[in-house]
Amino acid sequence: MQVPAPFEYERATSVDHALELLQRLGPDARLLAGGHSLLPMMKLRLATPEHLVYINDLAAELGYIQEADGEVRIGAMTRHRELLESELLARRLPIFIDAERVIADPVVRNRGTIGGALCQADPAEDLSAVCAAVGAQLVIKGLDGERVVDMHEFHRGPYETAVADGEMLVEIRIALHASEGSAYEKVERRVGDWAVAAAAVAVSCSNGIVERAGIALTAVGADVTSAEAEASLEGKPPSEDLFAEAARLAAAASKPVSDQRGSAEYKRAAVQELTQRALRRATERALRGEA
Amino acid sequence: MQIAMSVNGEEHTRDIEARLLLVHFLRDTLGLTGTHWGCDTSNCGTCVVLMDSEPVKSCTVLAATASGHEIRTVEGLEVDGVLDPIQQGFMEEHGLQCGFCTPGMMLTARALLDRNPDPSTDEIREAISGQICRCTGYATIVRSIRWAAQHSQAQDSKQEVMA
Repeated sequence: MQVPAPFEYERATSVDHALELLQRLGPDARLLAGGHSLLPMMKLRLATPEHLVYINDLAAELGYIQEADGEVRIGAMTRHRELLESELLARRLPIFIDAERVIADPVVRNRGTIGGALCQADPAEDLSAVCAAVGAQLVIKGLDGERVVDMHEFHRGPYETAVADGEMLVEIRIALHASEGSAYEKVERRVGDWAVAAAAVAVSCSNGIVERAGIALTAVGADVTSAEAEASLEGKPPSEDLFAEAARLAAAASKPVSDQRGSAEYKRAAVQELTQRALRRATERALRGEA
Repeated sequence: MQIAMSVNGEEHTRDIEARLLLVHFLRDTLGLTGTHWGCDTSNCGTCVVLMDSEPVKSCTVLAATASGHEIRTVEGLEVDGVLDPIQQGFMEEHGLQCGFCTPGMMLTARALLDRNPDPSTDEIREAISGQICRCTGYATIVRSIRWAAQHSQAQDSKQEVMA
């Protein structure tokens, strides 16, 4: 039987209350949102927080997807299912729909949240790459105020983020660009499994050339974004050859490891193909928007 | 710590350890062993119960976090000796062999029909995609849920005609 180690349990009633609790309880306190990342880790005793601050009651305050001032704002407590069913995301940022279709399964998506997924920062987690590709800004709140960081600053490594003790992620902001398309491509061993490899791409085009490209890879030991591959696209007219070269650069810069999900060579080959497919689909979507 | 929740319409208040999982609270504390306990890793879905009408994997929900919510388990499907159409469907279409996955399958199916009374085969397959049947009886499970959908609608329209 897998049971978490003992802990003290607190239930927060507002963001400020959660922050006060985190401040008072100190560094051995963790936030519990949907629980589908942290509880499994606690059951395996890979995480042993002394205090849990349950923030599910903040779902009304922090569960939203809105468009305002040229950006999409997503509350940290927004559940996977709400992302998947969002008409706004389907229209403006379809990469989220691509990813959500293949994140875990419908029952898990009823509980898991975007904030929980990003803060857990599992290397095989999908939304970190999605947020990196679309250039998301993360709003981190503490008792002293808010700060806004990009994914490069946010994502410090596996299971490590810029969210410090006494702070919480409250919002994800994504600036919208004209003629932008985005896509996510993933290979998994079976429905609902973590990625063997996956590629997140966002492309904006103007006058038939790629103006900005964001590429981020999942589960293959890549940097937060694949800078060299992105640079190879910018300022050039989209073509199959261009996509193939960018995909080659992205895969070459990745550092997958062999494990039960496949060999390093297989993962590198897979992520190259996935990057190319995601580039193709994102660009098609961008050009369709332009027409 | 003290928790209070409604399970199948009945209020329960108990003193529990904060780390107690909902599946064990239901099975061991309340004695409702209809909810099965399987993989422990939120993969198999046999522990699915409804929390405020939504299917959740009760091995990955703390009993403490279910406090204040409404839980429905497989024991709550039958009312006054009348089977839920889902249960009847599993019987008519042979939706179970060993029965281990059945409680979770039936509750996910109940939630699906509550949201979408006439789901397609694909929608049913998607809804139960987080649940595993090791007897590989998926085809009959899907047929059972279709049976329930067809017969619930027939029942509703009959009631309308009678009213």
